[in-house]
Amino acid sequence: MTNTSDLAKIIFGRLSLESIPYHEPILIVTFIGVAIGGIALLGALTYFKLWGYLWKEWFTSVDHKKIGVMYIVLALIMLLRGFSDAIMMRAQQAVAFGDNQGYLPAHHYDQIFTAHGVIMIFFVAMPLVVGMMNFIVPLQIGARDVAFPFLNNFSFWMTVSGVILTMLSLFIGEYARTGWLAYPPLSDLAYSPDVGVDYWIWGLQIAGIGTLLSGVNFVTTIVKMRAPGMTMMKLPVFTWTALCTNILIVAAFPVLTAALAMLTLDRYLGFHFFTNTLGGNPMMYINLIWIWGHPEVYILILPAFGIYSEVVPTFTGKRLFGYTSMVYATVVITILSYLVWLHHFFTMGSGASVNSFFGITTMIISIPTGAKIFNWLFTMYRGRIRYELPMMWTVAFMLTFVIGGMTGVMLAVPPADFVLHNSLFLIAHFHNVIIGGVLFGMFAGINFWFPKVFGFKLDRTWGVRSFWLWVVGFWVAFAPLYVLGLMGVTRRLRHFDDPSLQIWFIIAAFGVVLIAGGIACLLIQFYVSIRDREKLKDTTGDPWNARSLEWSTTSPPPKYNFAFTPVVHDLDAWWDMKARGAEHPTGGYHAIHMPKNTGTGVVLGALATAFGFAMIWYIWWLAALSFVASIAYAIFHTFNYDRDYYIPADEVARTEGGRPRSLATQG
Amino acid sequence: MTTQAIPAGNGAPTFYVTEEEHHPEGGSTMLGFWIYLMSDCLIFACLFACYGVLGHSYAGGPSPREAFELPLIALNTAMLLFSSITYGFAMLAMERNSRSQTLLWLAVTWLFGAAFIGIELHEFAGLIAEGNGPWRSGFLTSFFSLVGTHGLHVTSGLIWMIVLMVQTVQKGLIPANKRRLMCLSMFWHFLDVVWIGVFTFVYLMGVLG
Repeated sequence: MTNTSDLAKIIFGRLSLESIPYHEPILIVTFIGVAIGGIALLGALTYFKLWGYLWKEWFTSVDHKKIGVMYIVLALIMLLRGFSDAIMMRAQQAVAFGDNQGYLPAHHYDQIFTAHGVIMIFFVAMPLVVGMMNFIVPLQIGARDVAFPFLNNFSFWMTVSGVILTMLSLFIGEYARTGWLAYPPLSDLAYSPDVGVDYWIWGLQIAGIGTLLSGVNFVTTIVKMRAPGMTMMKLPVFTWTALCTNILIVAAFPVLTAALAMLTLDRYLGFHFFTNTLGGNPMMYINLIWIWGHPEVYILILPAFGIYSEVVPTFTGKRLFGYTSMVYATVVITILSYLVWLHHFFTMGSGASVNSFFGITTMIISIPTGAKIFNWLFTMYRGRIRYELPMMWTVAFMLTFVIGGMTGVMLAVPPADFVLHNSLFLIAHFHNVIIGGVLFGMFAGINFWFPKVFGFKLDRTWGVRSFWLWVVGFWVAFAPLYVLGLMGVTRRLRHFDDPSLQIWFIIAAFGVVLIAGGIACLLIQFYVSIRDREKLKDTTGDPWNARSLEWSTTSPPPKYNFAFTPVVHDLDAWWDMKARGAEHPTGGYHAIHMPKNTGTGVVLGALATAFGFAMIWYIWWLAALSFVASIAYAIFHTFNYDRDYYIPADEVARTEGGRPRSLATQG
Repeated sequence: MTTQAIPAGNGAPTFYVTEEEHHPEGGSTMLGFWIYLMSDCLIFACLFACYGVLGHSYAGGPSPREAFELPLIALNTAMLLFSSITYGFAMLAMERNSRSQTLLWLAVTWLFGAAFIGIELHEFAGLIAEGNGPWRSGFLTSFFSLVGTHGLHVTSGLIWMIVLMVQTVQKGLIPANKRRLMCLSMFWHFLDVVWIGVFTFVYLMGVLG
């Protein structure tokens, strides 16, 4: 008997039938739903013979446009998961008063708030931002792809690997119960002996490597691959913000990698980085994680600022007000974002001088941010504003974000923070800036660039419905949290004793219902737009009469983006070309050098998933095997020198023959 | 590409590059790899910072003075520094397009690197045998992590070097292989610079300071 259980331990590590949470009805129902949906999807893909198409045209693609689309699809799927967590928390908090314990046991509730935070930041906001940069940046700078196309595909599959590990925790074992940043000593092995924290570590570590490599890729792309004439001060603002974001990624994600690795060593090998005993120091983890974490919020918000800076000039028909100040504001925010991390834990007790320093640097960030808001307002001033969907999201952003920014300045005052720390006021504040800033920006971007990506616009009616439900829903859901926070209610509570608080939680829950309507309308918007795609078709390549280079090619752009690389003379290069009647050549095409697709990214992603899973469950043989296999496969990949091909000139001519005349002669 | 001059317009400006474009293949690789190295440098920065915080948390265990054998570390440092010089000779040989000399110097570099790793493992094994493994105290945790991370980097460099030597034998000093050798060169010298920091802050200041 002992022998068989020893053997099982060697083969399966910590994994056993007990790891499947079959005693939790909510998870079983979810699992059945996911299983039926998954089987239906896989069946449909097989029935319609789409596997080959997906593999050849998408999974193995090194085309930045397709990788961008895959990132955004991934983010929207994960939005549904992260949002279900939100609904469950709001429902629990709306009912769990007095004798009513609600419907979620503490064990489950704690996993939900952890998963919600992790998924929304790492697997919704990040893929949205990275996807948007992937699609737009090379087009805006007149390039044919990113600097390292294969690395780009690999980064995507590392992100997917992180997603898979995080999702697996739903049905095999459990997720961390520590909150989204897994502070030690709670996340040490002594207090979290289960697999939850390990799922958290490996999911983020693997996805983080992908993000870091994306950062390297995009900095290089923007520095080295701009079209002739596009000096740094002629760079579109979105690309500027993308550059700053990727510099932040390169400078911040290694700190996350290091902090996670140290926590791993503590948990797996009994090191003493963050333990209470033998000389460890838990506060060091909290410093490190926020040295990554604070730049991370700017990694998310800067590209959103970039999107607003593209949308506002386009829909007011004016050049962006204060381009130079916009660039400098972005750069200043980039630098300052490294000097504020300690405001996340003023209560650590580092003393008045240290707290004052970080309080003041935090408040200073509001100056360049405020400059940006004024630049957008002055751009709108006396403009011919068209309230298309992207512009509506932008205006909603400005109204919402300013409030979020001001509550942030309140939290930056250390004495006030001692009262508000870890209260629902803080929760309301960061949702205010992340939903009102990042998410609204991404919706503006999706509505703005969708016709470029797919060649038809998104349906306006359903878009407007989604817009109002989201914006109103946001305020109904989070305004009560500001109130509750000021009354002293702290975050992550599962049950309340004071019945006078309940009404606020019920209002907040109603807000979440409105947001659910907004998400439903968004999905219907996609469906209706695809159904009516002929009617919504964009034949011009430039449906909004826009200003930057991505609009100078067809919608959707050809594989190679530009048959002839554009030459830039002015900021708003495409506007300049239109104004001066630039003629696109109609002949004399050349063969175009392109990178070949490769399956290596998928293979390495799969091996990383196996490795992460094995480490989580202590299945050492599988961990060793998958680790060695991934190194070997990566080396094997480098022996292939035949990585590119030429699109022949006559194929380019054929593709360009379909180019609408309006693009060549518009002006 | 960005340095390319805009054709001087006599009258109408040019809006498209109509002549055939030639991009030097892999022209961005060096910059990209350099940026990666800087991100790697930040991982070492975190480990140095942790050593700074935990370096005096002996928890009743040994202090640097008791744990380190400076002569052995001096020998080890010499190995790594020599390997950097010999890698430099390999790159000079590569510039002369001499495949055999490049391979020879790479082999010498590899041996120095392997000696470095060997001595490091010997040091680690000695500490662990005396009961002074990384789980003994905060000081030893941060010491083993910092030095061990550097050692892991050197080990990956050694594996990478073998791969590149095989590829150089197979394909010769073609541009792609030269680029790869340049990347490994940067990586190797970078590890040398990090080691100078380790040697100074951890060993010298630990024992003599």
